[in-house]
Amino acid sequence: MSASSQTFSALLPGDVSDDSSKRALLAEIDASCRVPVLFFVISGLLWLLAGTALALVASIKLHSPGFLASWEFLTFGRVRPAHLNTVIYGFASQTGIGVTLWLMCRLCRVPFVAPGLATVAAIFWNIGLTVGVVGILIGDSTSIEWLELPRYSTPILFFSYVLVAVWAIITFRLRREQHLYVSQWYLLAAILWFPWLYATAQIMLLIEPVRGVVQAAVNWWFAHNVLGLWFTPIGLASIYYFIPKVIGRPIHSYYLSVLGFWSLALFYNWNGLHHLIGGPMPAWMITVSIVASVMMLIPVTTVAINHHMTMWGHFGKLKHSPTLRFVVVGALCYTATSLQGIANSLRSYSEVVHFTHHTIAHAHLGLYGFFAMVMFGSLYYIIPRITQREWPSLGLISLHFWACFLGLALYVVPLSLGGILQGLAMNDASVPFLKVVEGTLPWLKLRTFAGLLLGLGHVAFVGNLVWLLARVFGPYRKPVVAILMGAETAAVVGK
Amino acid sequence: MKYGPLLFLGILFTLASSWVGLVLAPKQQLGGLVPNVSTNALGAVVLYPQARKGEAQQGEEHYRSLGCVYCHSQQVRPEGFGSDITRGWGKRRTVSRDYLYDKPVMLGTSRTGPDLTNIGERQSDSGWHFAHLYNPQITSKGSVMPPYPFLFQLRKIGPGGASTNALKLSGEFAVAEGWEVVPKDSARQLVEYLRSLKTSVDLPEAPLPKVQEGAAK
Repeated sequence: MSASSQTFSALLPGDVSDDSSKRALLAEIDASCRVPVLFFVISGLLWLLAGTALALVASIKLHSPGFLASWEFLTFGRVRPAHLNTVIYGFASQTGIGVTLWLMCRLCRVPFVAPGLATVAAIFWNIGLTVGVVGILIGDSTSIEWLELPRYSTPILFFSYVLVAVWAIITFRLRREQHLYVSQWYLLAAILWFPWLYATAQIMLLIEPVRGVVQAAVNWWFAHNVLGLWFTPIGLASIYYFIPKVIGRPIHSYYLSVLGFWSLALFYNWNGLHHLIGGPMPAWMITVSIVASVMMLIPVTTVAINHHMTMWGHFGKLKHSPTLRFVVVGALCYTATSLQGIANSLRSYSEVVHFTHHTIAHAHLGLYGFFAMVMFGSLYYIIPRITQREWPSLGLISLHFWACFLGLALYVVPLSLGGILQGLAMNDASVPFLKVVEGTLPWLKLRTFAGLLLGLGHVAFVGNLVWLLARVFGPYRKPVVAILMGAETAAVVGK
Repeated sequence: MKYGPLLFLGILFTLASSWVGLVLAPKQQLGGLVPNVSTNALGAVVLYPQARKGEAQQGEEHYRSLGCVYCHSQQVRPEGFGSDITRGWGKRRTVSRDYLYDKPVMLGTSRTGPDLTNIGERQSDSGWHFAHLYNPQITSKGSVMPPYPFLFQLRKIGPGGASTNALKLSGEFAVAEGWEVVPKDSARQLVEYLRSLKTSVDLPEAPLPKVQEGAAK
């Protein structure tokens, strides 16, 4: 059975039919995406490997503090932000941009406009990030969470981002398909929201810092919105695209899509200050964020119902399509992490879990379980189409999925629980602090093991990709039609 | 949906709302805070808080650069919300005004280690801090805080005898005969910063409790 035995169907709103001219157009679009999308994606995956290595160092240090302790640049307080920034801005953002570029071209039905521009953007993004991560390791971290990249590196990233946004707006304006599919709403929103967030944070925190705890307000407005208004929309856009695409039936309800999108747009951006519960801020700021966090029940359940009802009766297809498997796990994690996030934002719950490892587990359920898994699934679909090559190894795909799935489960579930226990112990003043620390050790060791599994999955994925790319430069070129005809043909021709 | 412009405006207005509400409004409300003016027992005018100077100010840079914030918070939650006050991390909750001169404000989101809002008050002994930074196991057996040997210099004891600021290391932590460990400038500045962390000052919006119970360290 071929890895891409995914139904290439005509039932996605506003997309392909059996008409061969349309198929030719899709092939042309895919081919035009090759260089810029691959550039973003491959850079993203290299940063993923770097980020995983940094994560492992940080994780080991947290239960074995003597590990690599004599090197200043590898001290926990530098490795941790280096990890965060490599996975956020290196892996997640770049892979997300790569997937966004492809989705935009596909949904607008225009071949890639000015691929050179996007590639230049990717090059600058990587230069800026490399300068920034080295900066963190040598001690120039700003220590403002999610904005640790030093001031001298961020303008390069911003410049690169502007190029991407300009590209997206041009593509949007040139669209040949007048109907805007739900994925496009999310993508357009993400593309317009991110520069606003980033510019505000840069100006108010790094260039002309505001005074006192106003910094904390801006910091968490920014950081939470990077999740909610940048990664979440890209992730949801991909889910909305790939589930119907792979199973070959339209989204369950158009109206639920509308409700889900606009309620997310209305409420998510008010959530950030629930990170400051109990902190030195006027109560109204925190309360308003708690209210908005609870209101997130609307977009979250709406989207969950919509995705679930679309999948209904088609769960058997999970077995054959790696894309579907990753994307559906991602969709489930989105629901789970959102509900967990809503619970975390309640004062009584936050009192226990706020300063604990529970938060770390929650962040990984969101960014990894939801976003990274959806991106992996998307890439399993996109890369064979833009390279016109099939994934070489089914075994590596299975290894990737199961290592990441198990790693994720072993990471998130125990650490969430361990975090609650840690919080309960910490809130009991009769427990000495070092006892609280001792209680976290088993969970932290388990986390290192889970991290190793995730790392194994990443190596399997990147290995498979390198193998696939090696074939791109090989002598044999598969005819375009083989991929577009779907599973059986592709499997036969691929032999 | 077919209307690009409608979508565009919706996207902009939604984010604009929280930008006004959670960025501009806090700036408006808190951006103009000034230090509290009071008179002490001797009748002198006291300003609180005050900007850090000298070594403490340089130490804040090391605290930032070494990423201490990833394990240590600097905020005391109110009485009855968590055990911050009963653990002795502060005599009162912290309020916006406490952070006027922090650059950057490092409230922290994790307590892998204890809160440091009042560490200068709870532990004013520099010697303790040096030993703790050199290797946390010396003072806090079982801690998961990393050692910071790079903030110290291992050097041969000169002809004039051991330095006055050399660390007193014994047992498993002792260094070879004729050698000593002395804090570098960075360690000294960092410790001065830590010693400057204290908020036990009466503020109108956050008064100190009238009856001072002997809070546990």
